[in-house]
Amino acid sequence: MEDKKPIIQLCGISKTFDGTEVLSPMNLNVYEGEFLTLLGPSGCGKTTTLRIIAGFETPTQGRVFLEGNDVTDLQPYRRNVNTVFQSYALFPHMNVYDNVAFGLVEKRMKKPEIKEKVTAMLQMVQLGKMENRKPSQLSGGQKQRVAIARALANNPKVLLLDEPLGALDLKLRKQMQLELKALQKNLGITFIYVTHDQEEALTMSDRIVVMKGGRLEQVGTPKEIYEHPATKFVADFIGESNIFESSVVSEEDGMLTLMMENGHVKATGKNFKTDEIVYLCVRPENVFLSETPVEGFTLKGFVKDHIYVGSNVKTVVELPNGNLLRINMHPMSKLAETGSLVSIYWDPAKAVVIHTKEDSMYDAIEDAVLKD
Amino acid sequence: MKKIKNNKTRLSILIMVGPTALWLILFLLIPMIYVVYISFCTRGTFGGVENVLTLDSYRKIFSSLYMSVTLKSLVMAFETCAICLVIAYPFAWFLSKLPKNVSSFLQLLIMLPFWVNGLLRLNGWSNILRDSGLLNTVLINLGIISSPLKIMYTDGAVLLGMVYCFFPFMVLPLQTSISKLDQSLIEASMDLGATKRRTFMRVVLPQTLPGIFAGTIQVFIPSLGAFFVADVMGGGSSVYLGNIIQEQFLKARNWPLGAAFSVLLIIFTLVVLKFYSKVGSLDDLA
Repeated sequence: MEDKKPIIQLCGISKTFDGTEVLSPMNLNVYEGEFLTLLGPSGCGKTTTLRIIAGFETPTQGRVFLEGNDVTDLQPYRRNVNTVFQSYALFPHMNVYDNVAFGLVEKRMKKPEIKEKVTAMLQMVQLGKMENRKPSQLSGGQKQRVAIARALANNPKVLLLDEPLGALDLKLRKQMQLELKALQKNLGITFIYVTHDQEEALTMSDRIVVMKGGRLEQVGTPKEIYEHPATKFVADFIGESNIFESSVVSEEDGMLTLMMENGHVKATGKNFKTDEIVYLCVRPENVFLSETPVEGFTLKGFVKDHIYVGSNVKTVVELPNGNLLRINMHPMSKLAETGSLVSIYWDPAKAVVIHTKEDSMYDAIEDAVLKD
Repeated sequence: MKKIKNNKTRLSILIMVGPTALWLILFLLIPMIYVVYISFCTRGTFGGVENVLTLDSYRKIFSSLYMSVTLKSLVMAFETCAICLVIAYPFAWFLSKLPKNVSSFLQLLIMLPFWVNGLLRLNGWSNILRDSGLLNTVLINLGIISSPLKIMYTDGAVLLGMVYCFFPFMVLPLQTSISKLDQSLIEASMDLGATKRRTFMRVVLPQTLPGIFAGTIQVFIPSLGAFFVADVMGGGSSVYLGNIIQEQFLKARNWPLGAAFSVLLIIFTLVVLKFYSKVGSLDDLA
């Protein structure tokens, strides 16, 4: 983001349903022209956040700003944002044309202008010849396109998408992901996209907001989130991770020596105390095996299994304490024999160390909330 | 092999549908045909019919006196429908927004009075509304009025009785239709810039049209033929189609004319159903 101009500002918004807090007070800025994804497991508050922006829910606390104007108390029909619903929500009694024209009719546009706009929108989503079909005569992917055309026809400042690809099969989904991303780039409209699919989030987003239990866990670019997860949850939820508890032995210029149950390893990180218990996260693709020990690493394990999955080989190594370490290897690489004892190492720069404290604090609060 | 199977399915269909079909043929179809036949017969001198075919009864129906009664009945049925719809729609909306157990309980409350005979309930109304009834007594004693309001034995009282009797038939299909309405459609409409009123006109109303049609038919058809409401609430002063049929058969002993009016009623019903099958789905009637 070169010029960071917030188009939507969420200031301390929270939401409580029947005494249960589904959204803890949070702040979030959404910048003009960006593709922002709210990512998290079901019940994390991502859809509630989206509905607050759309105006379907009023936050219990906090304010919502659209282009600097407070829209918290405005009805959905007074906000210049549009939504693509998870269930598409196409009007069954109207054909494709009338569905797309719905918002334009409400704006009292003249008929020829409406026709021009609807035709352009349908062409954009490649449904030029479907004008007269009823929603019941469309496939899931086509319904999706109509829903997008209907929302975009109103020239919204921000387009909100609530798991729009959830009902499509995998192949169509991948195709639509790329199309949506291209559409967003061409139009330059801000997209706020809700999904529980981390791969989808990584593929499409400029920035990702990871949520859990009504809280923001981490906000950042896909690269930041993947390579530098801020919490154990993020490390675990986004992509595959090997996560082990270990304790800090020493820190020298950002280089950490850690002691795991079965040996010493190296990683990078700052502001850790000696003897602090931390989470060590290493992505499977960053772990390597060697027959001879590598400097700084005394961790060893037994090769348990090789699983061929096409693009790579997943190797499972069992550590002496029984923990499993997952490794992704290139299919052409020489594989260690099953059952053999191997040394384990990685590039310390690619291993992330996370404080355990915050996580345990979050968990404690969550437990307390659940008990209530 | 296949033939045996066919015979078996035929037998099982016969066993399942047979009794109902037999019942309908014996007690519905044959009497109906008989009614149509009678309507073309000549009136017997001492009641009953003579097997002399004539169109006399139908000529009488189209006389101005009887036509005005038919017209009055149709208007009354339309009014009943309209009032029921206006009251029932918001009520059904309210019902469908309540938690399931509460709305079932309220539905039970609507249906509960219908376990008591309609005549008794209408007599209850008469006790409240007549000149020396509850309402007038209270109003006079409070000094709001000096002489009793004339409510009973007017067309207004008949309309009240009709609405009261057939209201549930409007509520139930409406509620079914409204609770089927996808909430996200309303949200989508508001999201696209439609105010609440516009959303109702453009999305909610078209989507609940099947329920409106179903309810209207279920109120219209019985209110066209109901004679007991006019009897109790209207006294002798108001005569409707139902009353004519009842009188021709039981008092005037002109069976052919009564039968002809019955045929007229059946035709009205069929026309309404035909219209309905064009615009709505018959499934919603159930």
